[in-house]
Amino acid sequence: MERNLMIAGFGGQGVMTMGKLLAEATSESTDLQVSFFPSYGAAMRGGTANCYVVISDDEIGAPVSNNLDDLVVMNGPSLRKFLPNLKPGGNLFINSTIVDRAEVKRDDIRVIEAPVTQMALDIKNERALNVLMLGVYVAVTDAVPEDVIIKGIEHKFEAKPHLIAPNVDAFKMGIEVGLKEKAK
Amino acid sequence: MSERVFMKGCEAIAEAATRAGCRFFAGYPITPQNEIPEYFARRMPEVGGVFVQGESEVASVNMLYGAASTGTRAMSSSSSCGISLYSEGVSYMNAARIPAVYVNVQRGGPGIGAIQPAQQDYLQATKASGNGGFRMLVLAPATVQECVDMTYRAFDLAAKYQNPVLVLTDGVMGTMMEPVELPPMKSDEELAELKAAYHYRAVVGHPLGEAVFCRPGGIGGGWEEINKETVKMYETWDSEVEYEEFMMDDAEIVLAAYGISARISRYVVKALRKEGIKAGMIRPIKVSPFPYEAFDKLDFDRVKGILNVEMSIPAQMKWDIEYAVHGRCPIAESLRSGGELLTNDQVLAAARALAKEVL
Amino acid sequence: MEKQVYKKTLGVLPNTVSGFCPGCMHSTVHKLIGEVAEDLGYLDKLVRVEGVGCCGLGQLYVSHDSTIAAHGRGCAVATGIKRCTPESLVYTYQGDGDLASIGMAETILAANRGENFTVIFVNNCIYGMTGGQMAPTTLIGMKSTTTPKGRNPEEHGYPIHMCEVLNQLTAPYYLERVSCDTPQHVIATRKAIKKAFQYQLEGKGFSMVEIVTSCPTNWGLTPIAALDFLRDKMFAEFPLGVIRDKGAVK
Repeated sequence: MERNLMIAGFGGQGVMTMGKLLAEATSESTDLQVSFFPSYGAAMRGGTANCYVVISDDEIGAPVSNNLDDLVVMNGPSLRKFLPNLKPGGNLFINSTIVDRAEVKRDDIRVIEAPVTQMALDIKNERALNVLMLGVYVAVTDAVPEDVIIKGIEHKFEAKPHLIAPNVDAFKMGIEVGLKEKAK
Repeated sequence: MSERVFMKGCEAIAEAATRAGCRFFAGYPITPQNEIPEYFARRMPEVGGVFVQGESEVASVNMLYGAASTGTRAMSSSSSCGISLYSEGVSYMNAARIPAVYVNVQRGGPGIGAIQPAQQDYLQATKASGNGGFRMLVLAPATVQECVDMTYRAFDLAAKYQNPVLVLTDGVMGTMMEPVELPPMKSDEELAELKAAYHYRAVVGHPLGEAVFCRPGGIGGGWEEINKETVKMYETWDSEVEYEEFMMDDAEIVLAAYGISARISRYVVKALRKEGIKAGMIRPIKVSPFPYEAFDKLDFDRVKGILNVEMSIPAQMKWDIEYAVHGRCPIAESLRSGGELLTNDQVLAAARALAKEVL
Repeated sequence: MEKQVYKKTLGVLPNTVSGFCPGCMHSTVHKLIGEVAEDLGYLDKLVRVEGVGCCGLGQLYVSHDSTIAAHGRGCAVATGIKRCTPESLVYTYQGDGDLASIGMAETILAANRGENFTVIFVNNCIYGMTGGQMAPTTLIGMKSTTTPKGRNPEEHGYPIHMCEVLNQLTAPYYLERVSCDTPQHVIATRKAIKKAFQYQLEGKGFSMVEIVTSCPTNWGLTPIAALDFLRDKMFAEFPLGVIRDKGAVK
């Protein structure tokens, strides 16, 4: 089974970090094949940023896809640009703080709403919106076990141990939201 | 067993080179290969090596010429329009028979093209990387692991033939991350031995009567004889032909691709098999020398069509395939270029269309 | 008692006869380089990176390691060699078209990095082997095969003074302009090359010795007349002397 994910948003929303964390954690703690492919705009700041993560139990072909299993959009422009690339029956994750659900004009997909920008503000950890969304994503898709990501967070912040707990907490908070959405 | 690490293609190339004994790197910034020089800038001081940011690609490749002429394992990298500026130095390195490694992380073209990935330098890389009609071994990795393995091997090949070796990859491979296992670090003793073995022709100073004249042509004559000697080396390269045959035993449709396009084609072959289409793939592992035999020996009573998969418009590797196939079966194309990427779905659709037409 | 007061340097191959044109100073400069390296005990560590054209003829005469750099790339090739073998004594041997035109970028950036090698810059204001085309150093009014009516500053710009250009940079350690038209000047050139080599051996960084020379063949003058031109016109445009010497005792 191969799972294609695209994460898109503004530069600065931690889009790349989210994809890289998922991919690196999967590489470190599972026997699965995984690829991460970043796609930057020409502008260094303020432009759009997106990346692709492919997780598979077999060799991975293209690390990019326009027939996505999962699409995470952190802002409106990304929704408008990439929604057509989500396959029928695919999962669309929207940062519902700033992405309007009403703009999603497809009824052949599953939409998961997660107000991660607001949640990050609520927990006074503005940069955690990506880890929050990763929790939502993992809970809904079971792409990898939760432990894989928690180990990945611990590894990523080895040199800054004080950041481990807040990020793990945010990830678990995302899991809660994801499980509720999944139950809908 | 060595550790599995998750690395970006460019960084994996730089680390593999370091482990192969590369102790000199010169390069000039150009997207999408900047992580290679940046990695060397951090890594070389740790191992007593040298990193120089050249003032241009032209300067960088000539620094490579100088560094490699001393018997130091040396490397450079660039991308497409930057690689065009390497043609001077690469031709000189062939003429002077200097063992150097360089990497082309291909981007869109022609001209300034696009900073996004492409495979548009195939003919330049395999047929004419500079003036004079010389040849090189050109390795084409299809995974980040192969970026590691082939870069590591490139140094031995350069040393073996005393000729520049090109690792031809692309912006997808360069920027994507995958799990890799890294090869062992060559020890200082091994590197000293390699350098000592090259000393007889290293431009480092010698006692009177043993002076080394490292000449990329020039006055003095005798260059035709040297060209004939070099051809003798090329003639031994039948042993360097390297390709993969994937699910070819009963294949009726053959996908032909290298590098990034090959990993996509492999995926597509598996998908086609699930649909009951007998597909296979021929993948040049080295694109120079080209594995003409892999196509020439095909049973054309069984093989009904070839799909050339490349991130280049117009197709380039198709020239070599056509040369080998010589009209014995149709050759279709599945192409992108200019920084637009091939996907599994596009190639799958093209392969299905070909199957429908010829089977 | 007999006392040897002169012998041919081992830095130049024995039993060779100079093939340079009558009145050319390349052979003198080659001799001086060999003598200096021999004095310093560094002939077996001496590495020459030579340019193309007449500078590239030197490979027929020198007895030490050498390679040919592509036109203009001497300082890039020397950077690669010297960085990998700091124990070698490395010099580039370049003409004015090579160093100041096609190789301007490589020259300035190597100087700016303070690369620890020596540039021997032979400036005769013209392209030699290619047949007398205008160089960036060609004097105003001077005829060449590509300025048949003489160099016109409105069309061709002005002669470039490389020592002065490099003197704008912080890193270069030693820059001197010399000539080889008289025994005194030959001795001064020898001293300048020796100083530059010594600075390199001390790890001081970039040095350039510019040698203003004549090219009777492409100037269309006899060797004697070329010397007059050199002294009257060339020295006026390119005054001899030390442009910078960071090691000078104050």
